[in-house]
Amino acid sequence: MKMTQIITYAEAIQQAIQNAMDLDDGVICFGLGVTDPKGIFGTTLGLEKEFGKKRVFDMPASENAMTGIAIGASLNGIKPVMTHQRLDFFLLAMDQLVNGASKLHYMFGKQLNVPITIRLILGRGWGQGPTHSQSLQAWFSHIPGLKVVMPTTPYDAKGLLLSSIFDLNPVIFIEHRWLHSSIGEVPKGDYRIPLHSALQISSGKDITIVSMSYLTIEAKKATNFLKTKNIHCDLIDLRSIKPIDWKCIYDSVERTGRLLVLDSGFTTGSVSGEVIARVSMDLYQKLKSPPSRMACPDFPEPTSYALTKDYYISAGDIAKKITSILEVPSEEIDNFLPKPAPHDTPGDYFKGPF
Amino acid sequence: MKQDLILNLYRIMKRIRLVEEEIALQYPKWEMRCPTHLSIGQEAVAAALSMCIRKDDFAVSTHRGHAHYLAKGGSLKSMIAEIYGKSTGCSRGKGGSMHLIDKDVGFMGTSAIVGNSIPIGVGLALSAHLNFTDQISCVFLGDGATEEGVFYESVNFAVLKNLPVIFICENNLYSVYSPLEVRQPKGRKISKMVESIGATSLSGDGNDVTNCYRIFRNSVNSVRSGLGPYFIEFFTYRYKEHCGHEYDNNLGYRSVAEFETWKKRDPIELCKKQLLETDLSLIRKLDKIDQIIKEEISDAFLFAQNSPFPEPQEAFSGLYADS
Ligand SMILES: Cc1ncc(C[n+]2csc(CCOP(=O)(O)OP(=O)(O)O)c2C)c(N)n1
Ligand SMILES: [Mg+2]
Repeated sequence: MKMTQIITYAEAIQQAIQNAMDLDDGVICFGLGVTDPKGIFGTTLGLEKEFGKKRVFDMPASENAMTGIAIGASLNGIKPVMTHQRLDFFLLAMDQLVNGASKLHYMFGKQLNVPITIRLILGRGWGQGPTHSQSLQAWFSHIPGLKVVMPTTPYDAKGLLLSSIFDLNPVIFIEHRWLHSSIGEVPKGDYRIPLHSALQISSGKDITIVSMSYLTIEAKKATNFLKTKNIHCDLIDLRSIKPIDWKCIYDSVERTGRLLVLDSGFTTGSVSGEVIARVSMDLYQKLKSPPSRMACPDFPEPTSYALTKDYYISAGDIAKKITSILEVPSEEIDNFLPKPAPHDTPGDYFKGPF
Repeated sequence: MKQDLILNLYRIMKRIRLVEEEIALQYPKWEMRCPTHLSIGQEAVAAALSMCIRKDDFAVSTHRGHAHYLAKGGSLKSMIAEIYGKSTGCSRGKGGSMHLIDKDVGFMGTSAIVGNSIPIGVGLALSAHLNFTDQISCVFLGDGATEEGVFYESVNFAVLKNLPVIFICENNLYSVYSPLEVRQPKGRKISKMVESIGATSLSGDGNDVTNCYRIFRNSVNSVRSGLGPYFIEFFTYRYKEHCGHEYDNNLGYRSVAEFETWKKRDPIELCKKQLLETDLSLIRKLDKIDQIIKEEISDAFLFAQNSPFPEPQEAFSGLYADS
């Protein structure tokens, strides 16, 4: 029997929850729409049927209370996996998360711990607009006591979700909506990816690119193109936003002497800022040029199709940035990495819903 | 009830219906590129309220806000242009279908976050109270929004301060695909629950527009005269999918029988029947009304389609108010 399969990111998520629920009767799965016919973009399909209504359930539109309820249950042997179709909806639960989940272990002198996993989906495209598109991983990573992961591939999605569910601490698990239909090779059954490890996707001597989530897809396109121009990038997919795998980043920057960080969040106060701050402080002597970042503008995402044209970072933008850092020509980039059109869907294959 | 009044209720409902149907028709051309929640089937509540309030009263609403915006007197052209993402849109393309506003008529905005606009409406009522005006504030919400903590907190404060606010809950039995029974205890009466917080509470048939009108006439009078907040739960039903232009009975989250039962009680058909029962010759008048509405709608769509998009750079302006 083959031990791996080619499946989508959404299926990988579904399998991780399924495997976790199989392994441990304490794992439960709930959230608005978890049991509905579309099963959160396919990520929770079939779970209610397999594990029953007691362990898999829809919920009232009560994000704050339900987060607290997950915390309470987790204090007594339950491992809740809670899902929100948009990260933005979870903002109602900041009290329970920030004043509660993140602190109980520390505040009560190690007597309590909160093994909850909160799945948040990042929206983008089709006019998601100011309150359905916010990539706020920086907020969560700012809070001591939380772990934050942002897997890019189906393989990482499954392995990181299994690790998140069985971690003893609260984990914010962030999925980009544009990744759900991407496919990749995924092992069957249980496997774990540590919650503090970045993944080096390609190696090259010229520059280190640190990326996260969907931006890694764009970065791959950019670095693949640049390879044909004899520019070789170290591309690192962070996977874990908190804690960050500093060793992986430092090893790379020590070799390349240059750094570009790509961040799906707003620019000011972003994770990219933290990466650049630390590298600048600790590896100042090794740097050949100032570190750079590309992040979303310090503006909400507008809704109109016309207004989002220059809002998001595309492969072409990344390639141009790299060539400008390296002070080499960028001529052919527009031909080989044109702006996608339409720019508000991940590709023709994508038929929504968003 | 006077025939003219019922004719007006008919006209407002029909206008909302035909606007929504035109959106549904045009949507699959994929030029309205934003999430769009239609109010088809739920026109009566908005229409009835519109005949009972003043232009200087306030209203706020939700993701499903087209009907409320139009009923409050919001500009049709600006709404359609907003859904098309045009610079002539009511939010200049920044907001889309879920962020409608028309300050000229007291329509102070809709929110894409469930429950988010409820306290805003209470705040507007507080402002009327502080300013010694007799304006009232109308807060539209769905059944799902009554599950959010902010709903209780808002009603509590409104009751505490005896504010001029009407909470208008359109209970369409669903939150996306989730029926009430997976969200609220069996036998729950939302209006009874809210009554216990201290607001004067009622429930009623939200598909019977004259019934809605009577309820609003009394409650608006009461709230305007300073007798404190009202909560009204109206039972109604959305015909189309939660978000988008299609029907979704094929998904199986609600039964075709349930859908058909509600369709038999279509608010516009009921009203039309009521009118024609008194005077068959009104049919010509109704046709004329429909004709005028259709012309207005086709103008509005042309306006929106021919309007320019905002410049991409507009995305990076308008963050702070200038002094
Ligand atoms: C805080 C929050 N949670 C969840 C959502 C997703 N959502 C959008 S509309 C909706 C349904 C709300 O139901 P209801 O209030 O009954 O309004 P209806 O759609 O039926 O008009 C939900 C859950 C959201 N927008 N905001
Ligand atoms: Mg509802």
